[in-house]
Amino acid sequence: MNEIKGEVIKVSGPLVVARGLKGARMYEMVRVGEGKLFGEIIEIKGDSYSIQVYEETEGIGPGQPVWRTGEPLSVELGPGLIKSIYDGVQRPLDKLSYEFGEYIVRGAEKPALDRSIVWQFNPSVKTGDRVEPGDIIGSVRESNLVVHKIMIPPNLSGIVKKIEPIRGNVDEVVAIIEGADGKDHPITMVQRWPVREPRPVKKKIMPVEPMFTGQRVIDMFFPITKGGTACVPGPFGSGKTVVQHQLAKWADAQIVVYVGCGERGNEMTDVLMEFPHLKDPASGEPLMERTVLVANTSNMPVAAREASVFTGIAIAEYYRDMGYSVALMADSTSRWAEAMREISGRLEEMPGEEGYPAYLGSRIASFYERAGSVICLGSDERKGAITVIGAVSPPGGDLSEPVVQATLRVVKVFWGLDDKLAFSRHFPAINWLTSYSLYQDVVDEYADKVFNGEWSKYRKTAMEILQREAELEELVRLVGIDALPHEDRLLLQAAKMIREDFLHQNAFDDIDTYTSPEKQFRLLKLILIYYERIKKAFKDGATLVALTKLDVLEDIAKAKFIPEDHLKQFDTIEKKIESSIVPLTW
Amino acid sequence: MAEIAKEYRTVTEIVGPLMIVEGVKGITYGELADVKLSNGSVRRGRVLEVSGDRAVIQVFEGTSGLSPQDVKVRFLARGMELAVSMDMLGRVFDGFGRPIDDGPAIIPEKYLNVNGSPINPFARDYPNEFIQTGISTIDLLNTLVRGQKLPLFSGAGLPHSRLAVQIARQAKVLKTGEKFAVVFAAMGITFEEAEFFIDDFRKTGAIERSVVFVNLADDPPIERIALPRMALTTAEYLAFEKDMHVLVIMTDITNYCEALREISAARREVPGRRGYPGYLYTDLSTIYERAGRIKGKKGSITQIPVLTMPEDDKTHPIPDLTGYITEGQIIINRALHTKGIYPPVDVLPSLSRLKDKGIGEGKTREDHADLMNQLYSAYARGKNAKELAVVLGESALSETDILFVKFADEFEDKFVRQGENENRSIEESMRIGWELLSMLPRGELKRIREKFLDKYLPK
Repeated sequence: MNEIKGEVIKVSGPLVVARGLKGARMYEMVRVGEGKLFGEIIEIKGDSYSIQVYEETEGIGPGQPVWRTGEPLSVELGPGLIKSIYDGVQRPLDKLSYEFGEYIVRGAEKPALDRSIVWQFNPSVKTGDRVEPGDIIGSVRESNLVVHKIMIPPNLSGIVKKIEPIRGNVDEVVAIIEGADGKDHPITMVQRWPVREPRPVKKKIMPVEPMFTGQRVIDMFFPITKGGTACVPGPFGSGKTVVQHQLAKWADAQIVVYVGCGERGNEMTDVLMEFPHLKDPASGEPLMERTVLVANTSNMPVAAREASVFTGIAIAEYYRDMGYSVALMADSTSRWAEAMREISGRLEEMPGEEGYPAYLGSRIASFYERAGSVICLGSDERKGAITVIGAVSPPGGDLSEPVVQATLRVVKVFWGLDDKLAFSRHFPAINWLTSYSLYQDVVDEYADKVFNGEWSKYRKTAMEILQREAELEELVRLVGIDALPHEDRLLLQAAKMIREDFLHQNAFDDIDTYTSPEKQFRLLKLILIYYERIKKAFKDGATLVALTKLDVLEDIAKAKFIPEDHLKQFDTIEKKIESSIVPLTW
Repeated sequence: MAEIAKEYRTVTEIVGPLMIVEGVKGITYGELADVKLSNGSVRRGRVLEVSGDRAVIQVFEGTSGLSPQDVKVRFLARGMELAVSMDMLGRVFDGFGRPIDDGPAIIPEKYLNVNGSPINPFARDYPNEFIQTGISTIDLLNTLVRGQKLPLFSGAGLPHSRLAVQIARQAKVLKTGEKFAVVFAAMGITFEEAEFFIDDFRKTGAIERSVVFVNLADDPPIERIALPRMALTTAEYLAFEKDMHVLVIMTDITNYCEALREISAARREVPGRRGYPGYLYTDLSTIYERAGRIKGKKGSITQIPVLTMPEDDKTHPIPDLTGYITEGQIIINRALHTKGIYPPVDVLPSLSRLKDKGIGEGKTREDHADLMNQLYSAYARGKNAKELAVVLGESALSETDILFVKFADEFEDKFVRQGENENRSIEESMRIGWELLSMLPRGELKRIREKFLDKYLPK
């Protein structure tokens, strides 16, 4: 710790003002008071330094000491991140609980990466090789699903002077690089990185590959790409957290970083207890083997909540730099924005809309812009991606409020949750009429290659049916269903099936919780084939009643429960549709 | 050698509940202070801000009658603490934990800081034990589990207090041999309401296992800020040190938030929505998040906060922010109440987020989830059809829809409605549910798996 020491002159909740911190910079970490609470400098006026303190400030008063650390808020990056659970400033909550008990004690400190774990480092370059920033020099098996690549830090290049297989903890020197400056630079398995600074990449590229999530309404109608950004706004009770959890479980990302920002403690416990038991559909390994959790629940200090999304994204960037596709879920960004508002209020800054600071929009943008598909640093030109999905909790479900609006300006996918759908227990309660995805075209292009151009065709037809249903519903409200022509009533039947048999998906059913793209396609196709056939049969003289009371409807309704390895059953149902409709027109 | 605490006579400003003292030294944030009046009476205060030699003190009993010239302030060099012991059971306290039931003083086992510390999410145990409240709309449709926080959203004039009391009286788990306690926190409610609760506790003998904290509507509002923290500190002591299962009923959160707004305004803070401080969410969370279970501990804290929504508006900041923190909400509905249905629980917008973990085989019964979903969706459909019938007349409804309308009415009458002393077992609630469903064509019961239809649907 730096010897420069200042003293507290003012305390107001999480905001402490100190003086005498000569040379301190913006966003430098400091330790406040005898309890050595964590804090960060967020404003400097002459010799007066405003510090947001990450812990409860009771007992801090004027005259108490403040120490500089000389370093901005940083994360430790290295093997051991996976399967960890951290608070907003990367303190390992599991280790804290072993050492300090079930409550979070102030000033408690443990290294983010466990020094007692011994890793096997295997080099992939040899002595004499030239290395550039970001080059992979070796790897460590971090978990059953993740091979952790050890990289040259972003600001170093040179010649490998020494490297060999080694066993040791993260502090072990695994290689020595002779830099351009002629000096020897020891490389360990750990890097430190300031969380508020994006990690450098070679260049950003357009995201073109879809990230399938196993959620039908998302993949089929409002898809997201690897490297894309999405937001999930909705009033409470509309199922934001379940959507986020579902994505964390089933999205085809190699690494998942889940940031619980100002949300419920029990929800994080849920994740902690459930993930080790859930199997990744691709590998069969527990989902925890690819997950990093950052949990700063609502009752934990508000300043650490503000930092938590940056901590999360810095970790995500580190894995992206290894060439992985990373998905980051932040639940909820509204709580993060509120933390900003709270701090801003204490700083007596001029408020913008609804008391939020005027820089709300740019801060939100700076977070989402760290997502993206990139060419990583390093001479092998590997690709990596971060997909960011942020939940937004607008007050009263009002989408015109500042956080939603600022978010919509930067994200490309909008999954609007609707409490009316939630009340009728239609989950996921993503409103198909208001949601959108700007990645639809690129995903169509990708999926059409796989499904002979039919993916986008069926999707468009289904969407038209749903939109027409909304129009017809207005009409039904005015004149009653009997007044509708029978063709329209057939369409309503199809729309109902799309809603109930396709869009509705039960997150708590073992089979329904995840649907592969293949099965999604077959399921939608089934409904649309049925609709095609009944339309035709109706023209040929079949009656409305007969067409909407077929046995096969039951089979279609249950098709979503067909296991992934029995997709042949769809053929049977398709045949049954044919065979039960044909007789009706005789 | 401890310094002799200094008394300051340097009060320069009094604004609302706040007092500013200058020339102070060695004062820390959150510290308690005694404010002495010349007539000998003492009030309690807490340091809200300290800047150089200037401290802002919030006076709990209010500042009326104080004059800068005649008060002396003594800082106590400790935060707000509560003396706890098992003797608290059966007693009534004010917002500061001082007995107000004419009983003897509590001999403390220990002193606890009332602000508590956040529970480490890693140390939490997931709430998954079903609590039977004997109320069908809760047990079957919005299941309460141990360690959950499930508020009642109500409005002025609705019977939320009766419901809260009924829950306190009937709540039990289906296991035996556990120790229970009720902690009741009354914030800014009227004498009559408070009496209603305490009286009911006395009548049913529940008082023996209850700790009651009361701050009445005419007590200093500032005390309301401290009260829930006192109550929850007691709850934590009983739950995590004495292995008890504690049900905390807090009423009325709206009064608490108003008090918070009052102080915030007096401090001239930048207001958030509707004048409430920007930190309302954080502040409420430090109350609600104290519910839960902890790994390796026997006890648990379950919270039932009651709040009256101004104008029955769910988007008002208090219910809104509460809903974002709590694990669901039970909504009390005026229209049902007017119809004479008790308890007037509005089933559709009510929700228990933790229900899925507390129900099903081994906890309640295997068909619970399916039955619940089906009742929901059938009731929703019936209500929709009813609305339609209002516009178009009943003739516009299909035959099936007419059945659903009938179902919705019967559902409210037979399932939602129950007596104030009617303690329905979960089996009984399920039986009523199945019976109601038998009104509908079997083909419409899509949310229930075949095997359960075969087994439970009355022929």
